[in-house]
Amino acid sequence: MFSLLRSMWLVFLHMFHKRETYQYPEHKAPIPARWRGRIALTRDPDGGERCVGCYLCAAACPVDCISLQATEAEDGRRYPLFFRINFSRCIFCGFCEEACPTYAIQLLPDFEMAEYNRQNLVYEKEDLLINSQGKYPGYNYYRVAGMSIQGKDKGEAEHEEPPVDIKSLLP
Amino acid sequence: MSTGQYWLVIGGVLFVILNTAAGLIWLERRALALWQDRYGPNRAGPFGLFIVLADTIKLFFKEDWIPPFADKIVFVFAPAVVVASVLMSFTIIPFAPNVMVADLNIGLLFFLAMSSMGVYSIVLGGWASNNKYALLGAMRGASQMISYEVFMGLSLMGVVVLSGTFNLREIVEAQRGGWYILPQLIGFFIFLVAGIAETHRLPFDIPEAESELVAGFHSEYSGMKFGMFFIGEYMGITLISSMVVTLYFGGWLGPAFLPPVIWFVLKTFVFIMLFILLRASMPRPRYDQLMEYGWKILFPLSLLNLMVTAAIKLLL
Amino acid sequence: MATIHIDGKTYQVKEGRNLLETCLSLGLDLPYFCWHPALGSVGACRQCAVKTFRDEQDTKGRLVMSCMEPVKDQLRLSISDKEAAAFREQVIGWLMTNHPHDCAVCDEGGSCHLQDMTVMTGHSYRNYHFSKRTHKNQYLGPFLNHEMNRCIQCYRCVRFYKDFAGGKDMDVFAAHNHVYFGRHRDGILESEFSGNLAEVCPTGVFTDKTLKQHYTRKWDMTYAPSVCQGCGLGCNIIAGERYGSLRQITTRYNGAVNGYFLCDRGRYGYEFVNSSRRIKQAAVRALTGTDIGTAEVLQYVKDKLASGKVIGIGSPRASLESNFALQQLVGRPHFHLGMSDTEHDLTTLALKILRQGHVRTPSMQEAATADAVVILGEDLLNTAPMMALSVRQAVNRQPAQEAMNTTHVANWQDAAVREAMQDKHGPCFILNVQPTRLDELATVAYQTAPETIARIGFALARALGAPLAGINDLTDQEQQLVTQMAAALMNAARPLVIAGYGSACEGVLRAASNICEALHQHAKPSMLVLTTPECNSMGLEMLGGLRLDSAVDAVMNGEADTVIILENDLYRRLDKHAADNFFRRCKEVILIDHLYNATAEKATVLLPAGTFAESDGTMVNNEGRAQRFLQVYAPATTAIQESWRWLLQLGRVTNCERLRNMEFFDDVIHALTQQVRCFAGIEKLTPPADFRIAGQKIPREPHRYSGRTAMLANISVSEPKPPVDGDTPLSFTMEGYRGEPPSSVIPFFWWPGWNSVQSINKFQVEIGGSLHDGDPGKRLIEPGGNGQLTFFTDVPDHFVACAGHLQLVPLYHIYGSEELSVHTPGIAERMPAPYIMLSPEDARRYQVAEQHQLQVAVDGHPYTFMVKVNPALQRGMAGIPAGLPGTGIVNMPQMAKV
Repeated sequence: MFSLLRSMWLVFLHMFHKRETYQYPEHKAPIPARWRGRIALTRDPDGGERCVGCYLCAAACPVDCISLQATEAEDGRRYPLFFRINFSRCIFCGFCEEACPTYAIQLLPDFEMAEYNRQNLVYEKEDLLINSQGKYPGYNYYRVAGMSIQGKDKGEAEHEEPPVDIKSLLP
Repeated sequence: MSTGQYWLVIGGVLFVILNTAAGLIWLERRALALWQDRYGPNRAGPFGLFIVLADTIKLFFKEDWIPPFADKIVFVFAPAVVVASVLMSFTIIPFAPNVMVADLNIGLLFFLAMSSMGVYSIVLGGWASNNKYALLGAMRGASQMISYEVFMGLSLMGVVVLSGTFNLREIVEAQRGGWYILPQLIGFFIFLVAGIAETHRLPFDIPEAESELVAGFHSEYSGMKFGMFFIGEYMGITLISSMVVTLYFGGWLGPAFLPPVIWFVLKTFVFIMLFILLRASMPRPRYDQLMEYGWKILFPLSLLNLMVTAAIKLLL
Repeated sequence: MATIHIDGKTYQVKEGRNLLETCLSLGLDLPYFCWHPALGSVGACRQCAVKTFRDEQDTKGRLVMSCMEPVKDQLRLSISDKEAAAFREQVIGWLMTNHPHDCAVCDEGGSCHLQDMTVMTGHSYRNYHFSKRTHKNQYLGPFLNHEMNRCIQCYRCVRFYKDFAGGKDMDVFAAHNHVYFGRHRDGILESEFSGNLAEVCPTGVFTDKTLKQHYTRKWDMTYAPSVCQGCGLGCNIIAGERYGSLRQITTRYNGAVNGYFLCDRGRYGYEFVNSSRRIKQAAVRALTGTDIGTAEVLQYVKDKLASGKVIGIGSPRASLESNFALQQLVGRPHFHLGMSDTEHDLTTLALKILRQGHVRTPSMQEAATADAVVILGEDLLNTAPMMALSVRQAVNRQPAQEAMNTTHVANWQDAAVREAMQDKHGPCFILNVQPTRLDELATVAYQTAPETIARIGFALARALGAPLAGINDLTDQEQQLVTQMAAALMNAARPLVIAGYGSACEGVLRAASNICEALHQHAKPSMLVLTTPECNSMGLEMLGGLRLDSAVDAVMNGEADTVIILENDLYRRLDKHAADNFFRRCKEVILIDHLYNATAEKATVLLPAGTFAESDGTMVNNEGRAQRFLQVYAPATTAIQESWRWLLQLGRVTNCERLRNMEFFDDVIHALTQQVRCFAGIEKLTPPADFRIAGQKIPREPHRYSGRTAMLANISVSEPKPPVDGDTPLSFTMEGYRGEPPSSVIPFFWWPGWNSVQSINKFQVEIGGSLHDGDPGKRLIEPGGNGQLTFFTDVPDHFVACAGHLQLVPLYHIYGSEELSVHTPGIAERMPAPYIMLSPEDARRYQVAEQHQLQVAVDGHPYTFMVKVNPALQRGMAGIPAGLPGTGIVNMPQMAKV
């Protein structure tokens, strides 16, 4: 009984507390740098697309709103032929970002994406690709992975020895 | 009172009550926000006051849909009952010495009768919806209201014993020597709790229980039919607050620098705010806890209160 | 039966197998790499370690490799033992020391045995801090992609490619941690079974190159159980679709038919489904340019069918249901089987032999258990490739048995058995017009004319005691061959005789039948395989109908003027000039087909048919096994529909009494089984369309299927309703029953923790056995049984070279001879250019050499080919590649004037 009265009193005292509400849109809340808002595709330090079309983001997406088609360029790099996110379905959970093995997909602190026409919420690769490395500057997937691409042959990635000569029997 | 005056009073009471109920939409949302460190509605008009208008317009223009599986006549009838029964109760409230619609000598009994009618709206609404959540809500509502009505009536008997009358005007007059809140503290408390339960407000909103039953007995209601339940609830708050003021806080009585009506309104608003504060701070008890609380604590307490009051009255 | 105790639980298991197989058969999870159910154990990867205990008191135990340990009664072992588990994790840690950091760009990812096993063992962090060894990749041709860095040295690839499939051009090179699996230098992998490496390799060293062109992860495809359309064997396949195009074919395990493998034509020949030559809209030639829909086309056809004299031409590459619907639409007296003359004769004869003879025709897996093989006039690797793989296993049977007897090892001890066998082969005799790539297995490989092969066969039957007239004109060598073959067959426990359409000679089939009947006299459980040219040749023959010739006659005589052609390119059945004449006389040619071919050029009405991937249907393979293939995906346009559905619609608009009340697939099957008694039972091949498990359909898509709400969002953000399948128990979505479906409708193999194809283990009764509720398919032909032994007595005449003329015989090519698979760019790349193959004598006589052009005349029409010289070819014969685009000559054998 006393606790009931006490909680009523405590709630009553909130009358004199400062209000937490931000008067959006006049005042905008400060958003942390790792806020999970709009999804973007970043580029690696060379300016190439980071996305290699591995489909992991699509598989991780709980609302299945990512669809893409992987393909391979002349220079051996894989990239998505198309990459589509239906933001009218996206729940901004960030699973895609966590699934991405190349740091390509990143969630930006931008959430103001309201549209009068729902069709405009379907973003293609051109809309998603940004000219930035996002939160992971300096990372280049092809420098780590064993795939050879133009300008980086076998054995030239990090922690790799030059290709072995299989004709040699030396230990 | 002349006939003209009489109609004026009726019209005035109707106008004030309905507008109060509507205004409570705004008041409750602002007050809740205040206690939750928010602003509440503040976009439409000054202090967001036009939210009332906006809400009303919205309710009127919403699709007024009757589910194909519902019992149509009862479905339409149910929300009307709640508004009608509460409005009827207001007839016996003495707002000021001469401002009351009907000066009945059984005013208190009339109030009890009318407030009991409210249960029909819930049961009929839940039944007619033909929906399991609605029916569950209605069953809960019925048992809750019938249970709490018992000692609501009993708790009032203390006041009746002290004043010796069922006429509300006379009860108020009888409090010139001292408000009944002092001798009838327990009675006041029981009546308040029972009143909250009668209006099925938080923490006793078990028939609605959004988190369990969608929206309980009015799950299937939309548009103005829902609006009737909505308004009915606010009028219920006003009614119980007015009754508390009338029975325990001396009604319109108060120092003469303000007119009696103002005193009445001020006191009533204090209790309305209390209702809202309760909503802001209380969790909802479990259904069995609610029934246990009623029958095992409040019911014996109200009987005890009546007996002690009667005994003291006899002895003095 | 033996009793063994695994982790304190007691199991009754089969004796004679190894512990790994046994544990997997019991449904337990135990990681492995080098072991493969079809390849046996070598104990190379050390991944399947378990602990065995001496007795109940033994708490220490010892680590053993479960794949190398036989089941013994009262054996106690532990899989979950801490030391064993730590050992397995350690091993995978070592295997991964050089594994590149590239799962994201690896085509195996998501169906990778290495990923599965890594997760299963719990290895998660790399403890090796030195640099990774790297390798250069090789170009291995249009079918396989090579990424050697990913290798974990399990040796499965060479064990499959060299030991199992007999490939010569792939091996393991270098030493210690430099071992390298590949060719001696870049180049196309020659084996017809190279594609299986993509499935055999537990990681991404060998991956499917055609899949890479339109790469899709395993979890993202819509699958359905299907049947290969590449030849008459009817291997079971799983076809996967994404974004409206067919992406990949993988093996659908069938313990009776193809087991774990597929040939490259079957695996890669699917691209015609995505071809730009697909017919996508119904069209009427007279109304080209006007915008007409399906309804108008049907109206047009209705008028034409009402006014014309209609005949129908079926197809051996169309399903039974489609052929049946056409037969019902035009009426039995007007239904023609769309097979060429020779094909028709051979198929008719094959069915007759199988029905009336006493010899059982084996399934492919049964054929692999034979211990002596005689192949008459078939170049198996080109006419029925997977049967060649069975023959390979069959010729190993005898030496393997000997090896097991002398060295006392179990048959799954692969390395030991092969070491003991060395190069020994069981008896195998291959008689063909030209050398085949199987000849290396043969005790004797002999090349001669088909007629002579038949005569040798007749002589062999006589030598085995058949009451036949003697054949006196055999050469000494041939006579000796007959004696040798007779002795080998008499010594064998399960002799196998193979003949078929490859020789294009009825006499060879008769001879094969005679040999088997003669063996049957000696109460030998002999087996007779007769190959058929196309995926549903046997089914079409069983359905029955008139010859294609009579269709031509009917049109020429004016008895018919309107022809409905079902999924058939008549330019592959008739000579070009005959076909041209035929179409000239036709008033209306209504073609229901999926590719725009030469016949489509002549058609007046085109109705777009679904390919096997867009249709449901039943086919009968050379064994007489009816098998069902189910629709993989709903076609992009509603205009494309199953051939039988088109025919049902034609039936509806023309008020055809025989097609009344038929709407769905099950209705057609029901009518078919009612009307044609020999197909009784095919309604039970797959469960009916209203089949539900726990009230649910079986989903075609894995539960991780992605992109549902985005894949069509570029067209409209409002998602369309998914297509509804009223014909099969499968649904087109990922919603449905998630447990194990009936074996005949398993859309894909997946099991929790087993994402790769190795999950097949979980669907089998025992490892390498049948699927849980039986292998799908139903044999419709069983041997006649009672009555007189039936011997054919009509021995074909000896082949005589004819001056100035060449006898054209068909030479088949795995890449090129089949009509549809050539639309795959990779297969087209490996297809030879049209040629004429001459014997050296003939080349001298006609003064041509290799690469020269030679003109021959068939029926007065000239054809020019590039010359190839083959010393093995009989004088007076010329080999022409059959079915190759651009060859022009269809009916073989026939005489050509030089």
